Amino acid sequence: MCLAVPGQLISVSGEGMARTGRVSFGGVSKEVSLALVPEAVEGDYVIVHVGAALSVVDEAEAEETFRYLQEMGELDSPPPSPSPFAEEGEAEEPA
Amino acid sequence: AEAQILLAHGGGGRLMHRLIEDVFLPAFGTAGERHDGAVLEIGGVKLAFTTDAYVVRPLVFPGGDIGTLAVNGTVNDLAMCGATPRYLSAAFVLEEGVSTALLARIAAGMARAAAAAGVALVTGDTKVVDRGKGDGIYIATAGIGVVAHDVTIAPSRVRPGDAVLVNGDLGRHGIAIMSAREGLAFETTIESDCMPLNGPVAALLDAGVAVHCLRDCTRGGLASTLVEIAEATRLHIRLDERAVPVREEVRGACELLGLDPLYVANEGRFAAVVAPQDADRALAILRAQPGCEDAARIGHVSADDPGLVTMISAIGAARLVDMLSGEQLPRIC
Amino acid sequence: MKYVDEYRDADAARRYADALAGLVTRPWTIMEICGGQTHAIVKFGVDALLPPAITLVHGPGCPVCVTPVELIDKAVEIAGRPEVIFCSYGDMLRVPGTDKDLFTVKAGGGDVRIVYAPLDALALARRHPDRQVVFFAVGFETTAPAHALAVARARALGVENFSLLVSHVLVPPAMAALLSAPGQRVDGFLAAGHVCTVMGTGEYAPLAERFRVPIVITGFEPLDLLQGITMTVRQLEEGRAAVENQYARAVRPAGNPAARRLIAEVFRVVPRKWRGIGEIPESGLGLRAEFARFDAERRFGAAAYTAEESSECISGRILRGAGKPPDCPAFGARCTPEHPLGATMVSAEGACAAYYRYRR
Repeated sequence: MCLAVPGQLISVSGEGMARTGRVSFGGVSKEVSLALVPEAVEGDYVIVHVGAALSVVDEAEAEETFRYLQEMGELDSPPPSPSPFAEEGEAEEPA
Repeated sequence: AEAQILLAHGGGGRLMHRLIEDVFLPAFGTAGERHDGAVLEIGGVKLAFTTDAYVVRPLVFPGGDIGTLAVNGTVNDLAMCGATPRYLSAAFVLEEGVSTALLARIAAGMARAAAAAGVALVTGDTKVVDRGKGDGIYIATAGIGVVAHDVTIAPSRVRPGDAVLVNGDLGRHGIAIMSAREGLAFETTIESDCMPLNGPVAALLDAGVAVHCLRDCTRGGLASTLVEIAEATRLHIRLDERAVPVREEVRGACELLGLDPLYVANEGRFAAVVAPQDADRALAILRAQPGCEDAARIGHVSADDPGLVTMISAIGAARLVDMLSGEQLPRIC
Repeated sequence: MKYVDEYRDADAARRYADALAGLVTRPWTIMEICGGQTHAIVKFGVDALLPPAITLVHGPGCPVCVTPVELIDKAVEIAGRPEVIFCSYGDMLRVPGTDKDLFTVKAGGGDVRIVYAPLDALALARRHPDRQVVFFAVGFETTAPAHALAVARARALGVENFSLLVSHVLVPPAMAALLSAPGQRVDGFLAAGHVCTVMGTGEYAPLAERFRVPIVITGFEPLDLLQGITMTVRQLEEGRAAVENQYARAVRPAGNPAARRLIAEVFRVVPRKWRGIGEIPESGLGLRAEFARFDAERRFGAAAYTAEESSECISGRILRGAGKPPDCPAFGARCTPEHPLGATMVSAEGACAAYYRYRR
């Protein structure tokens, strides 16, 4: 019961329970309800399930899966230099 | 068979095959290898003969309409037999109240598609049903082509070691249709991949590529096509997911709806099984064809595990690729 | 796609698999709770990367598997009414009721439609004021906020021809029921990430302590699952039984407060029947009295109807990990993916469907 997908919030309109936004999923976009994520602003990545955004993705935490792997000490090769989340050409600014 | 016909019987999956085996084959007999068309010999001339019906909803969708679909789909079935398509028929079942202007636009589109594929629409029929007893427009077609090359193209010619190619990116038709349907409305620039395939197939055959089997990947997607070939040949088709071309927007729509692009419908894509020594040449020929720029080598045939299709997934692990029983439905779990 | 493709990296997956192989000293059985996790495991072949000592057992976390047959029968009855447009997620159309599924109702002339979101069903109701639009609101805590939102919006907009056939269930009570069952042999759990995106992590600590099992809240991509399994195995090897949050990018300890408030406003906790497990007290959600007019069971007089599960089908035992598909006499004969008897054959990832396809 949990198919929720991250997408980027492109535009926002409306207020309170009727607040909605257009979210892009790899270029396909859909109008979703933002009633449950009042803190979400344009540019944020939100997790969307059955037409409603449920949370804003935390970029710092997003790298944890890769940091955890390094800490496991299994890595003999040097850690991957750029964060997998840096957009092409985006400077590596702190999350 | 089921007590009554369900939508899933039209989904290109197991239930459709069960219907053919339980109802139609006992009635009409099993004339040779089941394929996209029949190859006949009349007066020393090898002809390919096929028939199809088109009931797409909505009638007009991004990248095409029911008319271009009917012409290209029939041309493609003939091309899959290695034939040069020549003549088409089209029978229309029209619902009382359908717009004549819309019908004229669709007919004009059919004429353009026929010209582009180098075929002639030579005969037809029109019937009208009461309002509410049809879905606007249905088109049933038939097609005749000439099999010039003396090579036979059928599952029985597939050999272990053969390469599996696809002529372009997958899933665009299914997603284009869904984006236009009520209830799943999402915005996309994706257009149907609907196109004639006789050009690319002729390019392969004229260059002498050893083409063992061809099959267009319509309803049920690439996965169902390959399972059909694996089961018909009792051989094992091995795919590599990272080699299967899918556009970013189609992947986005599939993630959103819980679909697997391998099972999403196409209308301008075919799988080609070719001799290994001709694989690179065949790929270069296909990529030079308009609409086939993303052609790719996606796997090969082996002799172990007969009748299976397996795939090395994006994370490098093996999984089975099976045929669904009906159409793939958007899911949320 | 950002925050998706990075978690499908083959090299990182192999490194997790190697790390796991180095960690494991004895066999462990781990249950992934959510059907979405099961789907990802099967689709990417995650289980093929695991050391043989680790066994994954599919949990009850999928609506197709747990919706009781009587709810399907109610859906079939309501969907067959001429005045009704019956909306549902695609997952539910093939689930067998006592004698019909929703596809058969559609073939028989019922207006059954697949929608992506409950708000789409509400929009349909506003476009067809002359029809009764009923939405099949099945799901877990993840989907409850969207259903609550649709009801709240319907009330705010004064839409009277819209109602919900509610079949909502909650994860923690089901886990407690599974863990209390005799002969239960699951060592650790991957909790459903998106359920916790809504509810937070607090409900799981009491379970971890009471049953001495590690519970790792896990996402749905291959690397999420591999990391979740690694964190669970580390705890098991070190004899710990704690709640950890692998899916921190989408789950905060308090979950989504706005969503939890809305759920509490529209729904109340009720006992629910789980297909194959039976009734579990306080394990579901039902509409509150002030939203009673949006309850399709009341509106169509279906509340009193009950039905028993098919006695032949052993999906209950299989869901609890206490039986294997071949133990069932109907498996592969009277019960196949095309003609499923029970829920674990209907769902593409159900244990019986997966067994039928992969190990036939």
